[in-house]
Amino acid sequence: MSRHTLSVLVENKPGVLARVSALFSRRGFNIDSLAVGPTEHDDISRMTIVVSVEDLPLEQVTKQLNKLVNVLKIVELDPSQSVQRELMLIKVKADAENRSHVLELVQLFRARCVDVAADAVTIEVTGTPDKLEAFIKVLEPFGIKELVQSGMVAIGRGARSITDRSLRALDRTA
Amino acid sequence: MTERMTGAQALVRALEHVGVDTVFGIPGGAILPAYDPLYDSTKVRHVLVRHEQGAGHAAEGYAQATGKVGVCMATSGPGATNLVTPIADAYMDSVPIVAITGQVASGAIGTDAFQEADISGITMPITKHNFLVTDPADIPRTIAEAFHIASTGRPGPVLVDISKDALQAETVFSWPPVMQLPGYRPVTRPHSKQIREAAKLIAESRRPILYVGGGVHKARASAELLQLAELTNIPVITTLMARGTFPDGHPQHMGMPGMHGSVSAVGALQQSDLIIGLGVRFDDRVTGQLSSFAPYAKVVHADIDPAEISKNRHADVPIVGDCKEVITDLIAAIQASGQKGDYAAWWTVLNGYKQTYPLGYEEFEDGSLAPQYVMQRLSAIAGPDTYYVAGVGQHQMWASQFIDYENPGTFINSGGLGTMGFAVPAAMGAKMGCPDATVWAIDGDGCFQMTNQELATCALEGVPIKIAIINNGNLGMVRQWQTLFYDQRYSNTDLQTTRRIPDFVKLAEAYGCVGLRCERPEDVDAVIKKAMEINDVPVVVDFVVHQDAMVWPMVAAGTSNDDIKIARDMAPNWENEDE
Repeated sequence: MSRHTLSVLVENKPGVLARVSALFSRRGFNIDSLAVGPTEHDDISRMTIVVSVEDLPLEQVTKQLNKLVNVLKIVELDPSQSVQRELMLIKVKADAENRSHVLELVQLFRARCVDVAADAVTIEVTGTPDKLEAFIKVLEPFGIKELVQSGMVAIGRGARSITDRSLRALDRTA
Repeated sequence: MTERMTGAQALVRALEHVGVDTVFGIPGGAILPAYDPLYDSTKVRHVLVRHEQGAGHAAEGYAQATGKVGVCMATSGPGATNLVTPIADAYMDSVPIVAITGQVASGAIGTDAFQEADISGITMPITKHNFLVTDPADIPRTIAEAFHIASTGRPGPVLVDISKDALQAETVFSWPPVMQLPGYRPVTRPHSKQIREAAKLIAESRRPILYVGGGVHKARASAELLQLAELTNIPVITTLMARGTFPDGHPQHMGMPGMHGSVSAVGALQQSDLIIGLGVRFDDRVTGQLSSFAPYAKVVHADIDPAEISKNRHADVPIVGDCKEVITDLIAAIQASGQKGDYAAWWTVLNGYKQTYPLGYEEFEDGSLAPQYVMQRLSAIAGPDTYYVAGVGQHQMWASQFIDYENPGTFINSGGLGTMGFAVPAAMGAKMGCPDATVWAIDGDGCFQMTNQELATCALEGVPIKIAIINNGNLGMVRQWQTLFYDQRYSNTDLQTTRRIPDFVKLAEAYGCVGLRCERPEDVDAVIKKAMEINDVPVVVDFVVHQDAMVWPMVAAGTSNDDIKIARDMAPNWENEDE
């Protein structure tokens, strides 16, 4: 099975997330990651969905997604032609003795320390899943108290925008 | 045109504007505001059914007989959940219906209020689309959108759930509303390159078959299909959803494919080198075991729903489009190419199948009635202009096999979902849509007991349908599987209807219908003729048939079409297996 990143533009309406996620589950697909948020257009939300499937079932689920009335557009983003990022907040044990060591790793990974307590620090880091995994690995020896990760968000490289045409469709009916 | 009115009035006005003349439903608390202006409407007739499931199936029957959108209405909670089965049924068979349900007041949504059910959530996977409306200003636009979505592209059910406060509040009504469906763009025009590819494959093929499904009738493309078939001389098979789309009596018709299809139709698929699928979805009941389905065939697959293409079987030439446009373009492309395939050898094979393995059945030595005989006589006496509406099970298969369908859309049944209890309410809806037509429901004794309460509706509303109960005293199709696959252990399939519990004749009479009974072959014609003569009240005929009658041919579930049996342990002898 291979991982695919789908960018799905949807109408910003109640229940759309449920429609999309329910479609994946009832057609037998597991979502690896899903992130949803507003776009530059108030009426459009954008979902980034990462799934592990073969090509043929992917085509089927894409077609089924396209049938959802609230779905405007689906684009599969090729990892080499797009920027793909996840955000992670990670709370690590760190006291006066080893804090500087932790902060050194933060620097190396171009992460940021966003909260400090007497015996812990909270770090914000963005990157590809590989980078975040590597970061977790180096922090593990210190003791990870808590960790939260966003779904992947992704955008195509270059000047072209996938929202342009969808916006025009939206304008026509508004 | 703008006018102040309540949301309920706006709803009724919108229904009038989209051309609704009949609504099947039952009122209740949350939908009550809508029923008040409905009472005054001179354009919309509301038919008070006895169970919401009946309303939903009636809307389906109405839609299938007329080609218009069927409408059903129910209150929140249990009213809405009772619509779930017909909505799922309409989804599987692509029937355009709009279900309108009342919802608890918007402020109470999510509080587990009395008669609250999240019907838009519940029906999400079984509707083409659904809406929850809490602002009265949205009602006209939502109704317009619902009817547009239900009736265009691949048709299907749409649910509009309206909160009680939205029905009660005042709003400004204006028509026509501007629809806001930026994500809904069904493709109806086929791609010309694909059409040319298909025409090329047709000319090159030696053993082609036109595999025709429900999409062809939904596109109202029977005339075009006939033209294409006669132009190319390609044999035609019609699925359960397409019976009558191509005339049964036409020499190019090879029958119905599938689990209970004819040997000629199943054989034609298995031996073909080119399947031209039109408005079909390569359903498991047609393909049997997918890996051994039509092993030599290339596939041209035309459907209005892109998601159907290559879903089950890879399409060598995918064509997305409305079947009427697809077939019209195909005819033009074939005529332009001037090429004609040579199918003489193929016709010899298929005509051989047809002659050697015609549909048949065994008579019973004890003189009891064979259900297939009832179908044949019904077909002969009621004729091809009648609408036949079947339930689900053995009687449905016999109705498909032994009635001759010459006209498109004259066989209405529950194909995809297989909903027992479909026949009586669907026949009622069909009759209300086509009041001048004769409508025969063909039902089993099991099915009939699921929805026969609508006989009251038929009797009171003046809907004189005719119902043939094929009464074998059992859940016959399940019993058939127990006979074949469960060592004849008849677990919970004996309905004991032979003890006349209930007595269907008395039941019919209790509902204000005429009840007749027929138990011997020699009485069949007289009883059918008598039923045909009664046109002021519904007629129920209890045909008491032998319980051991079975549906043949049969491809057992999950096995290959090649293993079709024409009777128990009897397989056809494929003449050109090595080809």
